[in-house]
Amino acid sequence: MPLTEEQKRERITRRIALELRDGFYVNLGIGMPTMVANYVPKGLEVIMQSENGMLGVGPYPLESEVDPDLINAGKETVTELPGSCYFSSADSFAMIRGGHVDLTVLGALQVDEKGTLANWAIPGKMLKGMGGAMDLVAGAKRVFIAMEHATRDNKPKILKKCSLPVTGVEVVDHIVTELALIDVTPQGLLLRELAPDATLELVQSLTEPKLLFPPSGPKPMPI
Amino acid sequence: MDKRIASADAAIEKIADGDTILVGGFGLSGIPENLVEALRRKGTKNLTIVSNNAGVDGYYLGLLLQNRQVKKMISTYVGENKLFEQLVLNGELQVELNPQGTFSERLRAGGAGLPAFYTPTGYGTLVAEGKETREFDGRHYVLERALRGNFAFIKAWKGDRWGNLIYRKTARNFNPMMATAADYVIAEVEELLELGQLDPDGIHTPGIYVDAIFQGAKYEKRVERRTLRK
Repeated sequence: MPLTEEQKRERITRRIALELRDGFYVNLGIGMPTMVANYVPKGLEVIMQSENGMLGVGPYPLESEVDPDLINAGKETVTELPGSCYFSSADSFAMIRGGHVDLTVLGALQVDEKGTLANWAIPGKMLKGMGGAMDLVAGAKRVFIAMEHATRDNKPKILKKCSLPVTGVEVVDHIVTELALIDVTPQGLLLRELAPDATLELVQSLTEPKLLFPPSGPKPMPI
Repeated sequence: MDKRIASADAAIEKIADGDTILVGGFGLSGIPENLVEALRRKGTKNLTIVSNNAGVDGYYLGLLLQNRQVKKMISTYVGENKLFEQLVLNGELQVELNPQGTFSERLRAGGAGLPAFYTPTGYGTLVAEGKETREFDGRHYVLERALRGNFAFIKAWKGDRWGNLIYRKTARNFNPMMATAADYVIAEVEELLELGQLDPDGIHTPGIYVDAIFQGAKYEKRVERRTLRK
């Protein structure tokens, strides 16, 4: 049975959440990456940064707690936590560009074998803007991509070279999909973990560049 | 010294066709609702609007677009506005998209007497096309110019007649930098207080940056994405 969209998203974001460590400052992109916050391992204090000017983003509010002055970068209503703080956009991006954010999770339209990312524009089709994505990939210590492995019509999104306008050059560290966890290394893309319901042949057939494997083969992806 | 002004309409009297206006806010949070509404009433045209977003269809900056008052937008993310997309594709509206950190730093530099700065953001992308680049310590950077306006529309929570301002929660966003980066800075506040009522240690925008201040007639504070937990 193929996974539903929701199951894929849960698998991807649960896997990324396992990378979190106590004391990490983390910025989650809009859409699927936001779901990583649901799976922070118990007992860890992980501080979510929202680039519109907040550290310590709390859960969505109850109806009675909705505050128009308190939103995240996706413009969703959120809440504050004991210890939260607010600051201007210039301070926020000083944190981001200055290398103070430990990890960011973003979506992608395309990623290439050097870790170059395209996720902000489709010429003639999508006019939205890059928001904070170009700064996040330029400044965060580690960049995770959360995305479905291939397009809806089974075309690779992991390519030898991005064909869409890029967000950053050689910026991605790890790609997590419903099929695999892939590290971007100087030698190429290393398939470090394989989902239990995927095969190497399937993953390679949906990935344009030739994948590398660790000496003892990929580990099973914890799901 | 008294920077109080009677109304939004009085505050924007000197704005002319073709001016560049910095407009605070992120999405619909921390937006100068009363000033933008006054600008719509005034009908000034050929404006360049510097704002992170372009409002939503049929409301706020979306109404200025609807009235064809805007010639150019300088923004970072405009995905919430169908009319915007249509006007750009028709060639009726120019748009300059900046990375959000570059956008906020351009404004900060504009207010701080710096003509330009180097940033790693956008190197090797469309954003860097036609701009100087330089390598420092093995890393590549793009030279970005400062950004200033003829006017700035600032929304704060509390203020006083000297123009000192305090913002509330994430409604702060771009307001503090914009308040430093225009020739004439107008602040609208929810509560205009007496001198001494604001904690001097808690002031976010010192009054030196502000030229005019008034208490907004009303605040709708529309919520763009009401997301709730169960």
